Amino acid sequence: MNKDIPARADVMIAGGGFAGLALAIALRQGLGDAFTVVVADPALDHPIADARSSAIAAAARRLFSALGVWDEVVSHAQPILDMVISDSKLEDVVRPTFLTFAGEVAPGEPFAHMVENGRLLAALHGRAAADGIVLASDAVARFATGPDRVAVTLAGGASVETRLLVAADGARSALREQAGIGTVGWSYGQSAIVTTVAHERDHRGRAVEHFLPAGPFAILPLTGRRSSIVWTETTAEATRILALDDAGFHHELERRFGLSLGELSAVGRRGAFPLGLKVARSFIAERFALLGDAAHMIHPIAGQGLNLGLRDVAALAEAMVDAARLGLDCGGATVLERYQQWRRFDTLSMGLATDGINRLFSNRSDVLRLARDIGLGMVERLPALKELFIHEAAGITGEVPRLLKGEAL
Amino acid sequence: MTTSPPAAAPTIDAGELERFSQLADEWWNPRGKMAPLHKFNPVRLAYIRDAACRQFGRDARRIDSLRDLRILDIGCGGGILSEPLGRLGAQVVGADPAEANVVAARRHAAEQGVSVDYRATTAEALEAAGERFDIVLAMEVVEHVADVPLFISCCAAMVAPGGLMIAATLNRTFKSFALAIVGAEYVLGWLPRGTHQWDKFVTPGELRRAIEPTGLKVSDEAGVVYDLLADRWQLSGDIDVNYMLTAERMR
Repeated sequence: MNKDIPARADVMIAGGGFAGLALAIALRQGLGDAFTVVVADPALDHPIADARSSAIAAAARRLFSALGVWDEVVSHAQPILDMVISDSKLEDVVRPTFLTFAGEVAPGEPFAHMVENGRLLAALHGRAAADGIVLASDAVARFATGPDRVAVTLAGGASVETRLLVAADGARSALREQAGIGTVGWSYGQSAIVTTVAHERDHRGRAVEHFLPAGPFAILPLTGRRSSIVWTETTAEATRILALDDAGFHHELERRFGLSLGELSAVGRRGAFPLGLKVARSFIAERFALLGDAAHMIHPIAGQGLNLGLRDVAALAEAMVDAARLGLDCGGATVLERYQQWRRFDTLSMGLATDGINRLFSNRSDVLRLARDIGLGMVERLPALKELFIHEAAGITGEVPRLLKGEAL
Repeated sequence: MTTSPPAAAPTIDAGELERFSQLADEWWNPRGKMAPLHKFNPVRLAYIRDAACRQFGRDARRIDSLRDLRILDIGCGGGILSEPLGRLGAQVVGADPAEANVVAARRHAAEQGVSVDYRATTAEALEAAGERFDIVLAMEVVEHVADVPLFISCCAAMVAPGGLMIAATLNRTFKSFALAIVGAEYVLGWLPRGTHQWDKFVTPGELRRAIEPTGLKVSDEAGVVYDLLADRWQLSGDIDVNYMLTAERMR
């Protein structure tokens, strides 16, 4: 896989996750074969091991359609047809429903789909390879930035000169650190337990979010009679639950899941991920851009982490493609500033909104509980506000990049 | 490379020449004195590219949309316009009477790996040498020349049959005085004071009258306005201040 790494590339993307691959495809499709794109990630030649699932908001789904990736995924994608939110204590037998969303952003277009990460990554890999993107299963070891290009050295020894280095290497981005870009944020002391379960009865495309005292417990529908679980606990409790034997884990799961969908059986591996809010102090440096989780990590309470990353992709791809088609330097300061201007406000507002929701709900106070139930009850009764929530969750408010509208670049 | 004695050329104003030579090293700093021109660059590049793609049947989405078109950029300065056109595949001749500009432009293009033929020369000298181009550009230069009709006829003579001349300049209106002189030079400080002399601004009517006798036919006229909220320049029907004009030589 590594024999054809070019000595010069128009853009080098470190990280072959959703954001990195989607950017590579968008640039290649927008600018054609003469535009060289290299994606470097040591995991590229390993089998895809991500057991998680993701909620793909309508805007992100439009982007995947525009990139020609959605067709490969659609048969594995479960539309979320409605969403139910309840607020209750763990021991409550009946969990009153406070908010329901019947979710379509346009007739026939659900506001989100659930897709297993592995399916989506496989489709992105396939598209990237077919589009002639250079996929190097290697890590970026270091880089040196000059005024006109970046000299990138891969761990395997190859060196590539590029106009722009994009760090899409995840929340603990090593390149972000090398670039000297700090982050602001905090840990919630919580972790999300994730797993996949099968159940007796059909979920009918319904997503359920129980706001339990320890944090949200989300049941997200997958294809077949399966659901993806995102289950928030304090990190200590999550560690304890994860270490339980199968019977013990099943018991804890069932206490929270309830029996509305019949008998449960575990079908996927379990894992836990620490939760925090982290936003890079800057998204850009000279000939350097942060993308996706490398730029921001937010609370998964609203299922927006992946979607924020894809909004980064749409904005950076559009800024670069517009510039390159004018013969302008697509890794230059003007392009990067446009990207940062486009993304930072949106990221901060989404980060703070999810933070606020989490603080409001991860709390045992009965007073707060009463307040938030009144709040949710009001949202339920105000159709316009609800509409706004749905559109915001679907990622189609504000100045929208072309890809998020489903238009080709 | 040709180095003609610039002061001797009839359309060059000696005072103007000195001013731009001082700016040569500032050309490529997007946050420096030339920041307004860098901001303005995308809208004029898009106008030129789109006019060229229509005229020559090219696909504006390609990164080599101008491949092998021969383009003359008169008053190329540090190459802010020439270099992107070269990157799109055009064979660009960038002409500027100030040697310092040409040197700065040449150095930058070499660093960027873009091929542009920069020459310290004038439109008159090129025309006298019988040069012909698919596109002749007079962007933000008309308002700096001493004799507009003479300059335009010289530019037009170099347009090959089926080719284009594109000019961008400032209209001479009360609004342009308020915005381009008082606003841009004095209030906002976007441009060094003395960059423009309002009485040398050219109305679209004057420009059309200068083009008419050359045999070229004006095929498009567009205003350019600054969108404060978006912080970018955009095409508009408003030609009171900045405007661009395309003229075509029939085959």
